[in-house]
Amino acid sequence: MKSGSRLERVLRSGRFAVTAELNPPDSADPQAVYDRALVLAEVCDAINATDASGANVHMSSVGMCALLTRAGYEPIMQVSCRDRNRIAIQGDLLGAAAMGVRNVLCLTGDGVQTGDQPEAKGVFDLDSISLLRTARTLTDQGRFLSGRKLDVKPRFFLGGASNPFVPPFDFRPQRLIMKVKAGADFIQTQYCFDVPRLQNFIDAFRQLDLDETVYILVGVGPLRSARAALWMRANIPGVVIPDGIIDRLSGVPPSKQQAEGKQICVEIIEQVREIEGVCGVHVMAYRQEELVAEIIEEAGLLPRRWQYRRDKSKPSQEKAK
Amino acid sequence: MRWLQNHPHFLELNYSIVNRILALFDRWLVPGGITEQILINLELMIKGPIFDCRMCGQCVLHDTGMTCPMTCPKNMRNGPCGGVLLDGNCEIFPEKPCIWVQAWQRSARMVDYKEHILQIRPPLNNQLQGTSAWINDLNQDIPLRPRGWQS
Repeated sequence: MKSGSRLERVLRSGRFAVTAELNPPDSADPQAVYDRALVLAEVCDAINATDASGANVHMSSVGMCALLTRAGYEPIMQVSCRDRNRIAIQGDLLGAAAMGVRNVLCLTGDGVQTGDQPEAKGVFDLDSISLLRTARTLTDQGRFLSGRKLDVKPRFFLGGASNPFVPPFDFRPQRLIMKVKAGADFIQTQYCFDVPRLQNFIDAFRQLDLDETVYILVGVGPLRSARAALWMRANIPGVVIPDGIIDRLSGVPPSKQQAEGKQICVEIIEQVREIEGVCGVHVMAYRQEELVAEIIEEAGLLPRRWQYRRDKSKPSQEKAK
Repeated sequence: MRWLQNHPHFLELNYSIVNRILALFDRWLVPGGITEQILINLELMIKGPIFDCRMCGQCVLHDTGMTCPMTCPKNMRNGPCGGVLLDGNCEIFPEKPCIWVQAWQRSARMVDYKEHILQIRPPLNNQLQGTSAWINDLNQDIPLRPRGWQS
């Protein structure tokens, strides 16, 4: 245990982990964050605080993490390289560690052109891999990139992202290795709607030589309707939704499409759980947080808190399944 | 010029040869002064048309399939982002190919530097923008990586 992270403890104990994404509010009211965190915290091991995903401005991930840690939640702070240079990012990482953030997800970030303020200047001083290495320099060497020494090192469980569903497909497993070598302890993937493609990716990855351990959490999420699925496919970079899924959604009447989307998500979770090398799921339910608990429950992943009890009557892994 | 990039073995041979020739003159190849001006213009003339060079001053072309990572809209130096479109084009400029898809294909055709694309490259030294990458490459004193960078 190098980080004191609850997520790390769950993964190292070999249990199937669940994380969920908290959609940041467009509000200065802390209650907006707490309301959303409350429905997620009961059903997952850690909550991702997104950093202006899609280059749309919302409450910052640092701000959300400040609120979440204050209330005792376990956030995963997403850090993207789009909006801040290495000076700001290293400072934010130290501040986050001081607030009690133990998990950091290092991302390059979507280009500013994809968001609602395309006139902005994209920074991209670092990229996801050099950011991972930078964070690793802070935690392991206790130094800034400049070489200057820290008085107290931060402790982080570091994550990276991976998208197995877009080209160049044979580069993707290799790039995952690069991320692990740069410092990633865990990986959260983009939305998975294509389980065979994921299986190929994991198989290819497992065939490559790697000394370090890495925990892979597969991104999943419910589609609200066939129309929403088409919109996501066309507008969110990196989201790949096969025609089969869209056909299945449009095959049911519009009033039942949300339930069908949820059912598809539950089925995908059940399928990816069977893949060797998958250590958890990351549920992203954009504007459908209320569904997250149902999905996790229906996928048979509840309750989430057994592992923290220290009594001897703790249920075994088999029972949990 | 695309043809040249799509036959990266020729370019990597060129790189090795030029590197060796320049190394013979490294006594004179120092930053600042007239030699650097000449080399900057030479680099602009050669790397400009072939690679769409952005004069970052820390050339890694031979490591990245003879494809300039600075032409990526996100300036990614360590591989493609997760937004590549299914046809292999860029998420930001959907009409243009992703330069990392090209870099990956081209590096597979290289001989000497094929594996280099999997190396982890340090973040840019922004102070070197506009200087001669050839001089910077030969001079040990010029910091091509942050001092605290663990390679």
